[in-house]
Amino acid sequence: MVEADFSVAFDPADRAREADNPHSLVVRFGMDKPLALDAGIDLAPFQIGYQTYGALNAERSNAVLICHALTGDQHVANLHPVTQKPGWWETMVGPGRPIDTERYFVISPNVVGGCMGTTGPASTNPKTGMPWGLDFPVITIRDMVRAQAMLLDHLGIASLFSMAGGSMGGMQVLQWCASYPQRVFSALPIASSTRHSAQNIAFHEVGRQAVMADPEWRHGRYFAEGTNPRRGLAVARMGNHITYLSDAALHRKFGRRFQDRDNPTFSFDADFQVESYLRHQGISFVERFDANSYLYLTRAMDYFDLAADYDGVLANAFKDTPTRFCVTSFTSDWLFPTSDSRAIVHALNAGGARVSFAEIVTDKGHDAFLLEEPELFAIVRGFLEGAAKARGLPPARR
Amino acid sequence: MTMLMRFKRDLTMAEAARERGGARVDLLAVADMVAPGAKVLDVGCGDGELLQLLAETRRVDGRGIELSREGVNECVAKGLAVIQGDADTDLADYPDDAFDYVVLSQTLQATRQPRIVLEHMLRIGRHGIVSFPNFGHWRIRLQILLGGRMPRTDNLPYAWWDSPNIHFCSIKDFRELCHVVGARMEKSVALDAWGRALRFNAPWWTWNLLGEQGVFLLSRREAPRTMPSRAGR
Repeated sequence: MVEADFSVAFDPADRAREADNPHSLVVRFGMDKPLALDAGIDLAPFQIGYQTYGALNAERSNAVLICHALTGDQHVANLHPVTQKPGWWETMVGPGRPIDTERYFVISPNVVGGCMGTTGPASTNPKTGMPWGLDFPVITIRDMVRAQAMLLDHLGIASLFSMAGGSMGGMQVLQWCASYPQRVFSALPIASSTRHSAQNIAFHEVGRQAVMADPEWRHGRYFAEGTNPRRGLAVARMGNHITYLSDAALHRKFGRRFQDRDNPTFSFDADFQVESYLRHQGISFVERFDANSYLYLTRAMDYFDLAADYDGVLANAFKDTPTRFCVTSFTSDWLFPTSDSRAIVHALNAGGARVSFAEIVTDKGHDAFLLEEPELFAIVRGFLEGAAKARGLPPARR
Repeated sequence: MTMLMRFKRDLTMAEAARERGGARVDLLAVADMVAPGAKVLDVGCGDGELLQLLAETRRVDGRGIELSREGVNECVAKGLAVIQGDADTDLADYPDDAFDYVVLSQTLQATRQPRIVLEHMLRIGRHGIVSFPNFGHWRIRLQILLGGRMPRTDNLPYAWWDSPNIHFCSIKDFRELCHVVGARMEKSVALDAWGRALRFNAPWWTWNLLGEQGVFLLSRREAPRTMPSRAGR
């Protein structure tokens, strides 16, 4: 075998179904409540798929919003309806976890464009009865945040006790704090940035071109044509996945070891463990992710530049902010390096904000925020504990 | 990276001189100088003991900067607002008059540029509080005089080649620096080896001789000085 086999044992209908009728809570906004997009288009009707964990208290003061990253969704702490795998942040969110669902009411929406129940390119365009495809307007991080604010209004939550997110999730957290400072009591942007770097835009462009180069992509009309650009999307994922790790982590996990063989085969088969691993990452991504959604969400990240909305001065985005911040980064993260987090801290300090900042030593790269990192857990737990005290929430029961 | 932390942990004499409540006496002396409810920046805050003390006894709005990762993570896990940073480079990021008090508790002697740090302190804070080990103490003088070697005490246990403390001064020296940077000494306390405050009206030379540590409340003599702020850039 020369080329990787990206045929997967799943029914594309499964994921298509999630776009309109998700296995989660969903709120549908009618023509009277459009989502005003940065692109100048009012998106209506539109819907948001979301999950909640725990219970909202009588004062409605214990809500925590979780913002997911590029390839995440609303299934933070429950079995994923398509992959049947555990939620992507089960180590962080749950009963007795750092974001303790016995104390806090956790809300996790799927982002606009995310296609797991929130309107995106895989959702049905009411005008045509077919998936939007590339007719879907280009969306931004600000649009995602605006939609989330509508969800909170719908749930009757005026102000969040806290919000957390890594990577693209952290971008949403930062945008929230700039757009609605009075609605965010405390915020945890993790391994994130106030602007997507040129290098990161470059990586995304490679990913998008891989998708578009797949003949089965059909200019985004793969649903209508009965094709599936899985090769392109898998290759995009393989490339991106490398950027989520680190040289040291790859070496530690795989080194130069061979996969199920003792000698090289003198072919282009996946001789090395690292190749086999990447192919697996590609395949499992294709199972659960929509190719067009990947294009739209990477674009939203690329366009993100918070300071640009404030005359290029980041400090102005957080001027007189009442929010308590906890910024964290990871030593081996070269996608959202510590210098990005320091820039956030610098701007917050200049604005007089109450900010904590910790850099965590790990070789796990950008992905560290999703993994077992006891130091991150301790920091999140301690930060929320302090914030809960200041908010007047009752202490933990245990 | 762990310089300041190590230094603080090894303050054995002061540790021994803990009050019944549990707080270190030098920290109590610092806390004594802080008005209730004030906004405080603790530069080189270690594991956050002073910030916690200030929060509990003075209800201050406290922030910290700490060089060591272990210290920062410990602080943040305690719910304190502390960032990982370096007193020598990161104070420039703070705007003028951002705090009521900026504290350098056992930190000044570990900085590379004490004068610049002190000037930033007086720019960022309306008041500064500085505590440091007094190199003019009689036991230290005696060690140099009789032993002919760099002194080592319970408070300063390091050999000269691995000491994080690179800019020692005596109380007399510190007074001179205050004069140079235009700081006014509003309150001064010298603590003896057991953490007891020396008699207030004793002459300076006795403080310099008998004080193991000095704690000083400073303010600017005139309008904000010339140190530029990088804040907002």
